[in-house]
Amino acid sequence: MTAVAERSAEVSASRFRRGTMLQSESAQGLALISPTLAFALVMLVVPIIVVIAHSFWTQDYLTIDRTFTLEQYRIALTEPIYRDLLLRSLFVALVVSTATVVLAYPIAYFIPFHGGRHKSLWLFLITIPFWTSYLLRVMSWKVVLGFNGVLNSGLMGLGVIDQPSTAFLYNTTAVVITLTHAWAAFAVLPIFVSLEKVDRTLLEAATDLGDGPLRRFVRVTLPLSLPGVISAILIVMIPTVGDFVTPKLVGGKDGVMIATAIQVQFGKGANWPLGAALSVTTMAVVTAMAAATVLLLRGLARMAR
Amino acid sequence: MSTVRRLLAGWLPVYAFLYIAFLYLPVMLLPIFSLNTAAAPRFPLQGLTLKWYQDLPRTPALLEAAWNSLMVGVAAALISTVLGICAARAITRYRFPGRRPINGLIMAPLVLPEIIVAVSLLIVLLQLGLELSLLTVVLGHVLICIPYSMTVLTAGFDGFDRSLEEASADLGETAFGTFRRVTLPMVAPAIISSLLVSFTISLDEFILAFFLTGTDVTLPVYIWSQLRFAGKLPGVLALGTLLLVASFMLLSFAEILRRRAERRTRMTGVAIA
Repeated sequence: MTAVAERSAEVSASRFRRGTMLQSESAQGLALISPTLAFALVMLVVPIIVVIAHSFWTQDYLTIDRTFTLEQYRIALTEPIYRDLLLRSLFVALVVSTATVVLAYPIAYFIPFHGGRHKSLWLFLITIPFWTSYLLRVMSWKVVLGFNGVLNSGLMGLGVIDQPSTAFLYNTTAVVITLTHAWAAFAVLPIFVSLEKVDRTLLEAATDLGDGPLRRFVRVTLPLSLPGVISAILIVMIPTVGDFVTPKLVGGKDGVMIATAIQVQFGKGANWPLGAALSVTTMAVVTAMAAATVLLLRGLARMAR
Repeated sequence: MSTVRRLLAGWLPVYAFLYIAFLYLPVMLLPIFSLNTAAAPRFPLQGLTLKWYQDLPRTPALLEAAWNSLMVGVAAALISTVLGICAARAITRYRFPGRRPINGLIMAPLVLPEIIVAVSLLIVLLQLGLELSLLTVVLGHVLICIPYSMTVLTAGFDGFDRSLEEASADLGETAFGTFRRVTLPMVAPAIISSLLVSFTISLDEFILAFFLTGTDVTLPVYIWSQLRFAGKLPGVLALGTLLLVASFMLLSFAEILRRRAERRTRMTGVAIA
């Protein structure tokens, strides 16, 4: 869609390629976007800079000491509790994004290639549960996995187990299942978009040149859908790392993640600089992990070709 | 047809239905258990009742939270759509230096963990001496609604033929007149759709509201406070069911408008070609 926009913008630019016109076009565009840009600068860029500044300060009860120090980063990176929480968050984010994308791919493939006239209906069906209150989607998994939950009573009814099991709820697995469900639509949509864009003549060409369906999929369809897969992974990974609702409701003691620690530092713990350092560290690690994923997948795609 | 292909064609629809079931089954538990007489959510149901729904209007704290959410949602939808229109229009209509990075910056809240957006806003607002209130929640919600508004609006602004605007200009309409009489009617469905989508997002948004709300809470924050008490669960489930129905209706409406807009732009495109 942006490509189309750019092309039409280029066409209009060449149509008006008379110096002053172009200049006034720039000015008009900038003027028009400036309110939104100003809002983003004041509400996003400034706050992030302020957080980064805080991460180099210390706090003594209610007063902030503005002397530069790396102390908060030392605590964030070496204290076993924060280190473990960060590692667990990254592990959960990796597992959740992999599971979500693996589960989402077949359906994202099914809709454009086999969905026929009902494409938009399928997409609509997939997005609806995503619009239920996020808290309640998490809650519903508590109802499923709990001691008296649907899963336990179902298994007992089937005679598989004779006592309700506590194994399903309050652990990392419960967090993974819940988040895989919660972010499903996030993963399906971008993969669908990139598969929808795959040029069908390329697939015909591959068949004409003697590729079987499997080979054709691995060498043509899959690499071409990669941008969608990458954005799906990122779009699932990022909110997972920043989530404290699911760990709190279904994770129990074993499911606590880094966002909970950040929340505590800005709430009960009342240590903004440490909270800020934890936030900055989390952002940095998420960015690094995202970059690594992108590079890895691009490398794999090159090998497939 | 090879066997692989037949197999694929065979299992994909099955998988699609299973996937939809996976998405819907947990969500469907909300309405089911909201009708249960017993407070504990377990099968078999003890009996059917509407008492949890009848209790909802008798809970002043809930009504207040619902009212707050409505106010916040309307304000956030209006502001984010107005800001979204400016940006989407600038991006689709004009070429200017820094177009791409500016667009990236406006869309950035999509790729930042929400808790980090929330705590950084919290620090700045408190240091500016602002009291946490529904206003601060609105500011936060606008920030995360804009990317969604932008997505809906750029799609809507992209679709129609620019020559219509040029024709209007050639026929002597002013820039504002062209916008009001040519552009606006064409993009109205996208604008309404953006309003509905951002309202729905604000209605369901929890993390930012949790950090930025003062004593006046929104519905998700109210729900969060109720989840601590096992006995309150059925009431929460009933409330959740109503919210689900409301979201479903709003989004169906948004979807219908989006499709109508799509059809309309396609038709005018054909008529001109």
